[in-house]
Amino acid sequence: MNANQINQQQLLRNEKDPLTHTPVHLLSLDQVGKHYGNIVALTDVTMAVDNGRVTCVLGDNGAGKSTLIKIIAGLHRHDEGTLTVMGAERKFDSPRDALDVGIATVYQDLAVVPLMPIWRNFFLGSELTVGFGPFKRMDVQTMKDITKKELADMGIDLRDVEQPVGQLSGGERQCVAIARAVHFGAKVLILDEPTAALGVKQSGVVLRYILQARDRGLGVVFITHNPHHAFPVGDRFLLLKRGRSIGYYEKKDITLEELTAQMAGGAELTELAHELEALGGHGDVVKEVQAEVAGTSSQRLA
Amino acid sequence: MTQTLTKPVPADERVAKRNPLQKLLARPEVGALVGAIVLFVFFASVSQTFIQPNAFATVLYGSSTIGIMAVGVSLLMIGGEFDLSTGVAVISSALTASLFSWYFSTNVWVGVLLALLVSLSIGFINGWILIKTKLPSFIVTLATFLMLTGLNLGLTRLIGGSVSSPSISNMDGFDSARAIFASSVNIGGVEVNNTVFIWILMVALASWVLLRTKVGNWIFAAGGDANAARAVGVPVTRTKIGLFMAVGLCGWILGMHNLFAFDAVQSGEGVGNEFLYIIAAVIGGCLLTGGYGSAVGGAIGAFIFGMANKGIVYAQWNPDWFKFFLGLMLLLATIVNLIVKRRAELSK
Repeated sequence: MNANQINQQQLLRNEKDPLTHTPVHLLSLDQVGKHYGNIVALTDVTMAVDNGRVTCVLGDNGAGKSTLIKIIAGLHRHDEGTLTVMGAERKFDSPRDALDVGIATVYQDLAVVPLMPIWRNFFLGSELTVGFGPFKRMDVQTMKDITKKELADMGIDLRDVEQPVGQLSGGERQCVAIARAVHFGAKVLILDEPTAALGVKQSGVVLRYILQARDRGLGVVFITHNPHHAFPVGDRFLLLKRGRSIGYYEKKDITLEELTAQMAGGAELTELAHELEALGGHGDVVKEVQAEVAGTSSQRLA
Repeated sequence: MTQTLTKPVPADERVAKRNPLQKLLARPEVGALVGAIVLFVFFASVSQTFIQPNAFATVLYGSSTIGIMAVGVSLLMIGGEFDLSTGVAVISSALTASLFSWYFSTNVWVGVLLALLVSLSIGFINGWILIKTKLPSFIVTLATFLMLTGLNLGLTRLIGGSVSSPSISNMDGFDSARAIFASSVNIGGVEVNNTVFIWILMVALASWVLLRTKVGNWIFAAGGDANAARAVGVPVTRTKIGLFMAVGLCGWILGMHNLFAFDAVQSGEGVGNEFLYIIAAVIGGCLLTGGYGSAVGGAIGAFIFGMANKGIVYAQWNPDWFKFFLGLMLLLATIVNLIVKRRAELSK
């Protein structure tokens, strides 16, 4: 562990070295693939995450987003390609391994334990302790104070850190998890569909926290199926479809319109319209919706 | 940074709404505590003998024989699992100590230590199979329960040639072991069994572990949401196996008490007791689904059991009614727990 840290520091120094021609990414994936038995879940995915940048991973259901985060978060090992953290190649055996190199994951539904108090959740798995040997115990007061302070810094208004997390709203729960990751010195923050189950207003709140985390110098991996959420905050966009990368763009190379079109698959929408028509549905409605979506996107851009 | 506040309401305003009474009512064991007080007052009023020190020491002793196991079972239940093999595992432990030292004519303490090893191993195997197969603990421990029941009967007959283990009262080390596991201390003219002190000590230790150490945090998390816990780096596997082994440890203590309180063990005993321990934990506020409860709650549950068990005798009622009463308590306690959990997850 110590040896690793020294190694990482050296690599970080290299990154700032202007003579180095290949800058070291905080985290990078090169042609990574994963299969479960004979099912290919992910293949040939290349992406990079840097300090203070947001990399968005977009894709519909079953596109391989979950598999991708599971690999980065250490829940599954990849079978092909290389995963590099600050220049050193890695294969994680457990989430602990990923956490130890500074990769923290905030899951949409399993970010926190609902029945446990906020402060216990905040420090879960990384409890502060005082005392030695058999008298080693948790430093409860300090943990409560830090929890309160960190959440206040994130702008979360708390009644009581003793209340169970289950009583918080969906957005607040996401924020507790994000604040936790930031506090524990995460360098890479993976957010698994943090806005999927939220309303418009709550989504906005979470998107602001993503930018806050970015401004604190974290590399953020933002997983979503909503291009309208991804585009305003993202710096890089990786598009997945059926386990494959169908595009990897810098923000300057793509517009929201193009992103939406790529995501939805313009051709597929037309096909769907025909299909619905054939089934006796109102195919023209789909076309109308399609036109409307394109219209609003360009309005937003203007 | 702070201009991104959603609603800048002063935090204190709402904290004030939670008065101390509400705080107390939110604790897992409060339902059991109220039940215990009601029950105590009730038996004290119907029976003069019930509140006499000697009788009360007997109640405490009865409670402790359930309570020692309830400590481990409560922790396990908070950790999200339960164990049906506890009742017979207690007897397995006692039989191991007794038969081994008798057959090999060793000092009794050798058997006692071997029994500890066996008890911890039973816990480990339960936990290990559970983790490896991902089967529900109901199935895994039901299988262990049946196998241990058979082993207890079969091995006892094979080794000792009878349904009960041979007497070991004249063997080396028996007296010292009895002094620790099954003697009593005279406090102001009242004989209080050692198990009562062991019980209290274990409840205190378990409460400390649960509320003040990181292992306690892991136990709550493993039971509350094992996947979330695993995702933030909690060693769920080790925690759960450890809990099963803790139950094994409790079983060993009670097994040794059973052995040294007399000098022989009936190999068919223990069947059904596992439910008493689970009932004590549930009455004490532990959720069957895990993630919520307390060691003190389990102790209060055991105390309620002890009071009801002996109180009915002191009140000179027909003990036939005891099981009905126990079932009613269990139902009421579970409903209270359900309401507590719903409130805790109100906005989920």
